[in-house]
Amino acid sequence: METLANLALGFSVALSPYTLMLAVVGCFIGTIIGALPGLGPSNGVAILIPISFALGLDATAALVLMTSVYYGAMYGGRISSILLNIPGDEPALMTTLDGYPMAKRGEAGNALVLSGAASFVGAFLATIGLILLAPVLARVAFLFGPAEYFALYLLAFCTLGGMASNNQAKSAIAACIGLGIAMIGVDSTSGLPRLTGGNLHLYDGVDFLVAIVGLFAIAELFFFIESHGKGSSIGVVLDKVKIPWKYIRETIPTMLRASGVGFVAGVLPGAGASLGSFLAYMTEKSIAGEKGKFGTGVPKGVAAPEAGNNAAAGGALVPMLTLGVPGSGTTAVLLALLMTLNITPGPTLFRDNPDVVWGLIASLLIANVVLLIMNVPMVKIFVKILSVPAWILLPGVTMVSTTGIFALTGSYFDLLMLIGFGVLGYFLRKLDVPTVPVILGILLGGNMEDALRRAMTLSDGDPSYLFSSPIAIGLWIAAIAGFVAPMFLRGILKKPQAVSD
Amino acid sequence: MASDRIFGLITLITAVAYIAAATQIQTNFFSGDYLPKLFPMLIGAVAAICSLVLIFKPDPDPDWPMARTWGNLLVAVIVLAVYSVMMTPLGFILPTAIAASILSYQISPNAKQAVLAGIGLSLGLFAIFKFVLMLGNVVAYRIPTPAKLWDAFSILIPFVGH
Repeated sequence: METLANLALGFSVALSPYTLMLAVVGCFIGTIIGALPGLGPSNGVAILIPISFALGLDATAALVLMTSVYYGAMYGGRISSILLNIPGDEPALMTTLDGYPMAKRGEAGNALVLSGAASFVGAFLATIGLILLAPVLARVAFLFGPAEYFALYLLAFCTLGGMASNNQAKSAIAACIGLGIAMIGVDSTSGLPRLTGGNLHLYDGVDFLVAIVGLFAIAELFFFIESHGKGSSIGVVLDKVKIPWKYIRETIPTMLRASGVGFVAGVLPGAGASLGSFLAYMTEKSIAGEKGKFGTGVPKGVAAPEAGNNAAAGGALVPMLTLGVPGSGTTAVLLALLMTLNITPGPTLFRDNPDVVWGLIASLLIANVVLLIMNVPMVKIFVKILSVPAWILLPGVTMVSTTGIFALTGSYFDLLMLIGFGVLGYFLRKLDVPTVPVILGILLGGNMEDALRRAMTLSDGDPSYLFSSPIAIGLWIAAIAGFVAPMFLRGILKKPQAVSD
Repeated sequence: MASDRIFGLITLITAVAYIAAATQIQTNFFSGDYLPKLFPMLIGAVAAICSLVLIFKPDPDPDWPMARTWGNLLVAVIVLAVYSVMMTPLGFILPTAIAASILSYQISPNAKQAVLAGIGLSLGLFAIFKFVLMLGNVVAYRIPTPAKLWDAFSILIPFVGH
């Protein structure tokens, strides 16, 4: 009952004409961002944060806009996967495996509509899961002290590193880069500068938005300059779009299972949507067995990863909202948004700002419906936008990102740092070092250190305090397991490579 | 092999330097003696260990671009750096048009098309920022004096700028 009352509150916040308009605009922009190769949900949201901030939107409006963009990008990622065999973002990689063969057979329209429906089911069920699970977890989170929080942050870095990378050492280095950057600036307890090298510009610390936009958007420009924008033209022609009821009926059990798997994967801190779509696809593949013909363009192979990916996107919001620990790269960016808006996620958010939380949840449901309506009849428009050539798109994205950062901070120093992060991002990605832990490190470094310092102050410097409660010990074990296990599982859980022509 | 070893060496040196810098962090009565140093030193230590792992167990080399492409990337970085400092004295339209044209040319070498893309993007984004997003103050154009131009440009020259 309480949940329904909260939802009603949420809808009363989110259903004003203005926020509805923002939701529609956000969904539209998000779908485009997700569809364009090289622009995923993380960099899409990252580029838009400075702009939405400069626009002076209030917290609810900004949240509605950005979550619509977030869900929209999750929907949009499948369009280029299916039509171009290029995943629009990382989680959409699994959709290429069956989506592109389907499109080559002349069923591009069917694949697009089916994946849209699967995305809807996944995202809808995940939002329901979020509504049920988040308040419970928020109550549990009140039991967390500094020792538990420190272990939880560690868990996020360990699982993220375990899943996102092929080399644990590299992902750990990436996390250290981020955490190391987060330490720069004036120390909050002593009021003295730390690690600034005497540079006055660094006294405020390094703004995480600068790092996010640099690592994602500017680095992407360098990659396109290297490749001369090859592989960005339309590969498959899309003719008539009809609703393939038969496929949708056939794949309903698949969608439900995949949503469950995806949601659980999303809730795990640090794992995120890529893992969700991967696990959902693999589960369905093993259930169908050899006869399922996965990888040759079967509808189930399109429905499973899309439902899983969108369910994970919803699931990833659970740890982000209740514990302040994001479950994926994009939720890390959304966390950045909340912090920019001066809202601290965590258990107190549900008690102190119910209008923000439930407004956000309601706007997720609204965004989801808007996206389904938008994606079936309008899919052709998005396909048209896909044919924007890289030589317009990438300079445009770069200029929007730099102007956004400039609007936010008005400082040339931040712009130069932005380029520095772009160069760093280029080299890191070339060396197969994941960049998401860097972002997470910059975002969470301050909180993680605070937790450690409070723990040390409470225990008078006794390190054993960090392992003093069952919750903390459990989190430490999970963190170590999450970091070590993928080393042994790597042989078994090999990511399938995208199909080549 | 070599790439990862070099990367590992760079991160190792950085990590050691970071730990050294962390030991020099100033403390006072409010923060206690070691608390501001503890976490930075832990980070440095973890990074150093991982760097050693990377040096002794490197992955295969990635496909590095050719010398020409390195040149292109360097040009892109310089263009962006000059663009960053020119936004203050020159405003939005002119620097954006020039920078976007060059970047566009670098992605697809066709001069006419690149210039059109640059001008189009500059004016289009100006219109969006000014009239849709109401951020006219950010993208306003300015007429600079030579002294201001030099001031902005000198930021990029080490030891000359401020």
